[in-house]
Amino acid sequence: MEVWFSEYHTPDVKLTLRVNSQLYSGQSSYQHIDVFDTPEFGRVLALDGNIMLTERDEFVYDEMITHVPMAVHPNISTVLVIGAGDGGVVRELTRYDQVTQIDLVEMDPDVIEVCRRFLPGNASRLDDRRVHLYYEHALKFIRRCEDMYDLIIVDSNDPFGPSEGLFTREFYGNCFKALKDDGIMVNQQGSPFYKEDADALQRSHKHIVNTFPISRVYQAHIPTYAAGYWLFGFASKKYHPIDDLDVERWNKFNLRTRYYTPRLHRGAFYLPAFLEEMLVEVEKDVAQ
Amino acid sequence: MIDRKTLAKMPEQQRAPIFEALERFRQMRVVPFDVPGHKRGRGNPELRDFLGERCIGIDVNSMKPLDNLCHPVSVIREAEKLAAQAFGAANAFLMVGGTTSAVQSMILTVCKRGDEIILPRNVHRSVINALVLCGAIPVYVNPEVDRRLGISLGMKREEVEKAIKQHPSAVAVLVNNPTYYGICSDLRAIVDMAHRNGMLCLADEAHGTHFYFGDDLPVSAMSAGADMSAVSMHKSGGSLTQSSFLLAGPGVHAGYIRQIINLTQTTSASYLLMSSLDISRRNLALRGREIFRHVRDLAIYAREEINEISDYYAFGQELRDGNAVFDFDSTKLSVHTLDIGLAGIEVYDTLRDDYDIQIEFGDLGNILAYLSIGDRVQDVERLVSALSEIRRRYRRSPTGMLSQEYIAPEVVTSPQDAFYAADISIPREESLGRVCSEFVMCYPPGIPILAPGERITQDILNYIRYAQEKGCQMTGPEDPEIKRINVLK
Repeated sequence: MEVWFSEYHTPDVKLTLRVNSQLYSGQSSYQHIDVFDTPEFGRVLALDGNIMLTERDEFVYDEMITHVPMAVHPNISTVLVIGAGDGGVVRELTRYDQVTQIDLVEMDPDVIEVCRRFLPGNASRLDDRRVHLYYEHALKFIRRCEDMYDLIIVDSNDPFGPSEGLFTREFYGNCFKALKDDGIMVNQQGSPFYKEDADALQRSHKHIVNTFPISRVYQAHIPTYAAGYWLFGFASKKYHPIDDLDVERWNKFNLRTRYYTPRLHRGAFYLPAFLEEMLVEVEKDVAQ
Repeated sequence: MIDRKTLAKMPEQQRAPIFEALERFRQMRVVPFDVPGHKRGRGNPELRDFLGERCIGIDVNSMKPLDNLCHPVSVIREAEKLAAQAFGAANAFLMVGGTTSAVQSMILTVCKRGDEIILPRNVHRSVINALVLCGAIPVYVNPEVDRRLGISLGMKREEVEKAIKQHPSAVAVLVNNPTYYGICSDLRAIVDMAHRNGMLCLADEAHGTHFYFGDDLPVSAMSAGADMSAVSMHKSGGSLTQSSFLLAGPGVHAGYIRQIINLTQTTSASYLLMSSLDISRRNLALRGREIFRHVRDLAIYAREEINEISDYYAFGQELRDGNAVFDFDSTKLSVHTLDIGLAGIEVYDTLRDDYDIQIEFGDLGNILAYLSIGDRVQDVERLVSALSEIRRRYRRSPTGMLSQEYIAPEVVTSPQDAFYAADISIPREESLGRVCSEFVMCYPPGIPILAPGERITQDILNYIRYAQEKGCQMTGPEDPEIKRINVLK
């Protein structure tokens, strides 16, 4: 018997993985959660039928969303992580001794439970003493925060579901308020390739440009995400993602990484022409 | 009146006769040689594709299996009986011309030319429009005003009593139950006063459909013993825009009401609207308690969160004073914005332009977000967060901000006489002291600043200028910019 899992990336394009076995399937108060085992990508977490991560390629995402800001800002100690109930981002953050506080806000406690059980590679550091878990709606949590964090990492689902509120101007404004004067916000920005994703990217980029003085986009290659091509947003009050990159300082952390390197850091901000055009179009609108 | 728990278990309330008749009709595959000419959409493929085949397929004409709204004898009659049962009324009428048509039919039923009717000034324009049609004379009860919020409240009992004493031959008292902002007068006491003095009591329940189905909400007109009520099913009740109910108690003759409705009602009533009323009535009868508990909890949560931002004031039950604010509808979410230095209308515009959030309205000092059957908590989080952002970005000194003063109208002639009298158009600045022959309204909420037959005062002119400056949409006059205004010769 053959079992295959498919995720639609557009109505006309889908990604299909062979499945060895289904390890978990359940409905939480917010979404449907599935974990299955695949021969090519190892264990896979899917929410409402969309792949969130696979054991095989999660390192790309988790390293790129974490080490880029850590290599720019000279002194990050307090971090707010939104979403990311799988724990991959937290795992990367706990590798830095200078980080003293990691607040993780995840709406759905079931996601964390399921990841603890089935994805220990990601969830392994959720019990670190610096990590504080908050099961709340992120918009509600962050409304009450002012001048508190050096870094905010927004590791959300895509903008067409329960995470919709994390792609809005009010959310980015609240992040701005919650950051200290030299704070940085990094968020997942989706993929620029397919039309519907590209429109959403333009909308959220516009909101961020409206909110932060410095706003840049960087890229990574993630095979199981739409078009295999993924973007992150780097929004900052003070530090520039390339001009303020401190290679020496980062190298002293002596971290072994599989995707991120300070050389790749620079390259990740050099974007293809079609994408640059999309972003400039939005930035021009805002400038007017 | 049947209590709501019992109602939800009654087998007849599980039925939706108009909807069921349309389903049967669809299966009969009748060949149409009657109107409408689009013939189930075949003749208008673009419209069919836009609305969908299911929707356009039930846009049909009155016929024997589907009854006729002008003279209902079968499925529409049954639907009206079920609605009457659900709302605790003696009779219910399906209305397809908006709650405006329900309000007008209600007033035309009880008033004739020259009759006096007692009403608060913060009535909807449809009420005064009805007076233009029938020639009745308004006796305004000055509503109390909350100075801080700048909103009109309910009518005090003693003010209604005074009006009744001064106008003993008035035929009826009309009450907003509630106002747009959710404020209720002491309806039971007013019904009682009206009845003791041989008058009828009418209720405008455009914003009160849920009172009939939810727990811990203000009293509904029918259970307070009012004689007629206009209920906007399409607002909190979830039916399609323009559909509405007119309710009547046992003291008003149903046949006469039907005659009055038929004076102005279309003879081609839409089955989309009528079936939406039928299905929505069933939904509320069966599930209304849970639905409105959810809405109320959501509004209470939103109020707590908004009040925590500081400077905003989302008002609620604490306004109750036993008289002018006899009760407050907890499902309403109104927020006073002046303390952040922004007019409500400015917050309203910013929410839409910067945050893609459309709320019901903004007036000079407040905004109103309409919460209903379809709202989700994540959307409320967005609204609250956007308000918090607007405060962070735009907060300024509140000095120089005007709130909405209540301006007591001076009625010089009846609305009908003024509307049809010989008039001239003059520049607005020169109109001080003249008698207006048209409406001037800030929309929304659509409550008149001037109605035909009222004197133009300095306060009114100041108000119009300020409201225009703040970006309020002014409607009513012939000259859309209100540079000129029509006055009696």
